Amino acid sequence: MWQLDALVLIPLAGAVVAALAATKAKLVALTFTLANIALFLSLAPSGIFRGEIVHGLFSPQEPGTMWLLTLDGLSLPLVMLTMLLFIVATLSSWGVTSRPAAHHALLLGLQSAILGVFLAEHVLLFYVFWEAVLIPMFFLIGRWGYEGRRQAAVKFFLYTFAGSVFMLIGLLIALMSLEAITFTAMAQTIGGPAGDGFNQVLVFALLSIGLLVKLPAVPFHTWLPDAHVQAPTAGSIMLAGVLLKMGGYGLIRLAIPIAPEGWEALAPLLLILGIVGVVFGAAMALVQDDLKRVVAYSSISHMGFVLVALSVGTETAISAAILVMVSHGLVAGLLFYLVGELYERTHTRELASLGGLSYLTPRLAWSLAFAAFASLGLPGLSGFPGELLAVMEGFRNWSWWIAPVGIGLVLAAAYNLRVVARVNHGPHPPGLSGLSDLGPRALLGVAILAIPVLVIGIWPRIVADLSTPAVQRIIELAVRGVSP
Amino acid sequence: MMWLADNAWVAVALPALFALLVALVGRADRLVAPLLGIGSAASVLLSGIAVLLTVAEGRTPAAATIRWLPSEEGILAIGWSADGLVGSMLVVVGFVSLMVMVYSAGYMAADEGRVRYYALLSLFLAAMSLVVVSDGLLGLFIGWELMGVCSYLLIGHWTIKPAAAAAAKKAFLVTRVGDVGLLAGIVLLWSHAGALDYESLAAVIDTLSPDILTTVALLLAVGAIGKSAQFPLHIWLPDAMEGPTPVSALIHAATMVAAGVFLIARTWPIYELAPLATYVLLGIGVATALGAALVACVQTDIKRVLAFSTISQLGFMFAALGAGYWGVAMFHLVTHAAFKSLLFLAAGSVIHSSGTQDLRKMGGLRKGMQFTFEAWTFGALALAGIFPTSGFFSKDKILYIVTSENLPAGALLFLTTAITAYYVARVTVLVFFGPRNSRKKPHETGLAMSIPPLILAIPAVGLGYLAKPSIELMAAEYVGFDLPVALIATGVALLGVAIGVFLHRSGPSADIAFERRLGGVWGWIQAGYRLDSVVQKSVSRPSLGLARAAYRHIDRDLVDRAVIGVGSTANFLGERLRRLQNGDTQWYISMGFIGLIVLYSLSVSWDRIHVWLTGGG
Repeated sequence: MWQLDALVLIPLAGAVVAALAATKAKLVALTFTLANIALFLSLAPSGIFRGEIVHGLFSPQEPGTMWLLTLDGLSLPLVMLTMLLFIVATLSSWGVTSRPAAHHALLLGLQSAILGVFLAEHVLLFYVFWEAVLIPMFFLIGRWGYEGRRQAAVKFFLYTFAGSVFMLIGLLIALMSLEAITFTAMAQTIGGPAGDGFNQVLVFALLSIGLLVKLPAVPFHTWLPDAHVQAPTAGSIMLAGVLLKMGGYGLIRLAIPIAPEGWEALAPLLLILGIVGVVFGAAMALVQDDLKRVVAYSSISHMGFVLVALSVGTETAISAAILVMVSHGLVAGLLFYLVGELYERTHTRELASLGGLSYLTPRLAWSLAFAAFASLGLPGLSGFPGELLAVMEGFRNWSWWIAPVGIGLVLAAAYNLRVVARVNHGPHPPGLSGLSDLGPRALLGVAILAIPVLVIGIWPRIVADLSTPAVQRIIELAVRGVSP
Repeated sequence: MMWLADNAWVAVALPALFALLVALVGRADRLVAPLLGIGSAASVLLSGIAVLLTVAEGRTPAAATIRWLPSEEGILAIGWSADGLVGSMLVVVGFVSLMVMVYSAGYMAADEGRVRYYALLSLFLAAMSLVVVSDGLLGLFIGWELMGVCSYLLIGHWTIKPAAAAAAKKAFLVTRVGDVGLLAGIVLLWSHAGALDYESLAAVIDTLSPDILTTVALLLAVGAIGKSAQFPLHIWLPDAMEGPTPVSALIHAATMVAAGVFLIARTWPIYELAPLATYVLLGIGVATALGAALVACVQTDIKRVLAFSTISQLGFMFAALGAGYWGVAMFHLVTHAAFKSLLFLAAGSVIHSSGTQDLRKMGGLRKGMQFTFEAWTFGALALAGIFPTSGFFSKDKILYIVTSENLPAGALLFLTTAITAYYVARVTVLVFFGPRNSRKKPHETGLAMSIPPLILAIPAVGLGYLAKPSIELMAAEYVGFDLPVALIATGVALLGVAIGVFLHRSGPSADIAFERRLGGVWGWIQAGYRLDSVVQKSVSRPSLGLARAAYRHIDRDLVDRAVIGVGSTANFLGERLRRLQNGDTQWYISMGFIGLIVLYSLSVSWDRIHVWLTGGG
């Protein structure tokens, strides 16, 4: 299907057009993003929503080229998430005045690279896109960020790049023994004796380091709060919404199928990292003074649930991980979007200098409260089903060892309500008045994210059913690999 | 009507729809929002009546279920089912909320947040109905949390008041602690039984080990304790009085706080096999009933008296559960819902009319507030447990079953009955009798506010005669009337009333005399035994301190600095290595030679390295 190739290339073309378009760049960005969504939806008749796998122009059956793309149930939810978030990110940068053309060109380039990550079929292509994501992100933070942007951008780049080096070494070791170089072919060769050709524990560990930095898992997480605080709103939305998901996606797509025995051996470690992430991230979120840092640490906490789920080798658990990722992408995206709107009006993100928004700007306050409720895992919103499933599967596998997660659940309520209390409630501080409430454009951005949050919360199978066939294949594969 | 009984989900869907409508068109006219609110209350009430009628005919209303989440081992589904218990609860919720909605039309008429208020009340009704009609613990938990969030938003209705904002947050966080217990119970049950709907659970429950069942029962009870404000998780309820008074009447007296009792009643098959858990319920119930009643005696805020009274009465219900009679607990829930919501609504009128919540500034309101006074008197008699009001019958049964189960516990409940009668008399005397202590002239507060308490007086007085049919409709074990218990209970209640009237006949001065004589003890009881500050000192502040220290010392000093350390080491090495490039040819040649040796040794041992790397081992 040529559409798949176009999905990656259209934003890239858009980037070129946007770079030339000067002040009209935001319209270019929106047009190309919407065109890409239309193109994506045109794939519907080929059954992507019913579990069909779709390939790009070149078939992976005859790999003469590296440019191999595949869309399956695992990529599907993340591709949809990415596209939604890009609309919102574009809306959030509507008011960028400093070199808007370059800003939007970089956003489109980022879109291309991220879609490439989620669609790549060839391992090396995957790695190329993986690294390519860093470049636009580096410039977005370093050029359009806040005061400490340079340092944060460098830290972000070097940290995740260093992680990727471990991942590359792991990949090379695996490829020395594997005949296959596409994910589909791997699916057919691993599991047999070929999978025993390398030290699976070592490979899984090396791959995981790169992926865990991206996720991020404690203790590889300190780049994230800095990057978020300094990044412009669009950068934060993409970072929390999509870039972190690459870590979880890589674990499911790459690490688990390539080294299932390593996965099995290191599962307790994943569990520990997950639990530490859930509790530690939430505790850190509770004591931050900067709104963006609160959301950043809350992301670390939520990604802990992904690790908890991935420490369990069942289909249900992997479905849970995907649900958590999709939900967090929407919710964290919404939170950063709102923090951006808030900052534009108040010029502060310090919790201590906010207050009274529930009567100053009721729409903004309600949107923020909605996002906070989603983030604390309120049933009926998207955060709940995934985390519930993760805890259920975790308990079935690890029994009471996962009990500390309960602390994380209480802390999640505490830090989210703290934000609501500090920002929305009470009388407003003296300097804060005459604020304008969310306008139609801003409300559109809220709706684009809030509606899926509500829909997934009420009917989580809308995501779970999409990913189930792909998840089944991966588990079959892993189980075959573990018990020959 | 039959259709309504077979489709209990309507009790969830309609209020949710009305909530949406209120939010969309509530601003159109002053009457739109209250009318839509009344509509959602009526839909819950009608559903309940339909279910009860169907059950009375001897037919089980239809149920249905849909898979909600994927799972390999078992079914994670939500659905609805209805029986006598569900029907009774829906009727209670529907009836009280109908009264509250009508009352709010007067009480909130001038409030700026009216539209939000009615939308949230309707949403609350949807959540409460979801708790009630769900066919399993998954749906119950969803509704359970949504109720909590509506409660949070309604307590914080006047969020500009820092006290209201703090109370809302506290209510959510404290109940969240209980909810995590409930969730743990659900997860444990799921991992052993592979199902969460009551029907499948009932089928497999005998196969589970007693230890598991006891743990599950205790964990579910933690959730119930949090929601129903039982010791030690009761500390949120008195603060919750910051919300508008009709909200206190509906959510924090009649319905949501009673959901804990409903939860245990609905999962009773588990408790039947977990005797240890029922002992715990009995102990907590009795302790809470007595402890909270004592605190209610010394409060100076009318709403806080009623709040501690609610905690105490919920303690009675827990004691009944602990004694093994869930039907009796549910019956007390029903009568309590009637008379306590009545008292709250009457108190709201009193507050509205006198402009204060402070008992010491009221007095003499009987004249000018005749309707409110009459309604209050019926509610007060029911709360005190005086024959022939409903409270007399429901409390009598609890006293009887607890006394026969455990004599000391029963004795403590008799004592609590006397104390209850005392504080009811105290409040009544302070508010309605004696000299007027405020300059404001007491006045009735309009039809919308004076009629609902009077209507509520009908069940508050008369429900006692329906004890047998209503308990039997719920298919629970009925407990008959016991004359000795009734006589003693009436005796102690009258004694309590007499003491209350006698001591406080001359207004608030008795309190002052007590306070002087008791000194610190008085203040200690008045502050709810200072449990709040105990929690502050032992839980909230240490956890915050720990988190701050962890942030400073672990996150920043240790982890982040380690990362920066790696970075600077690389820089440092780079600086050093640059010196190797010094332009000296001989130096280059010798380095090249060393390099050759290293490469040679590597190539010799490559096989081994390769074997290790590729896991041959």
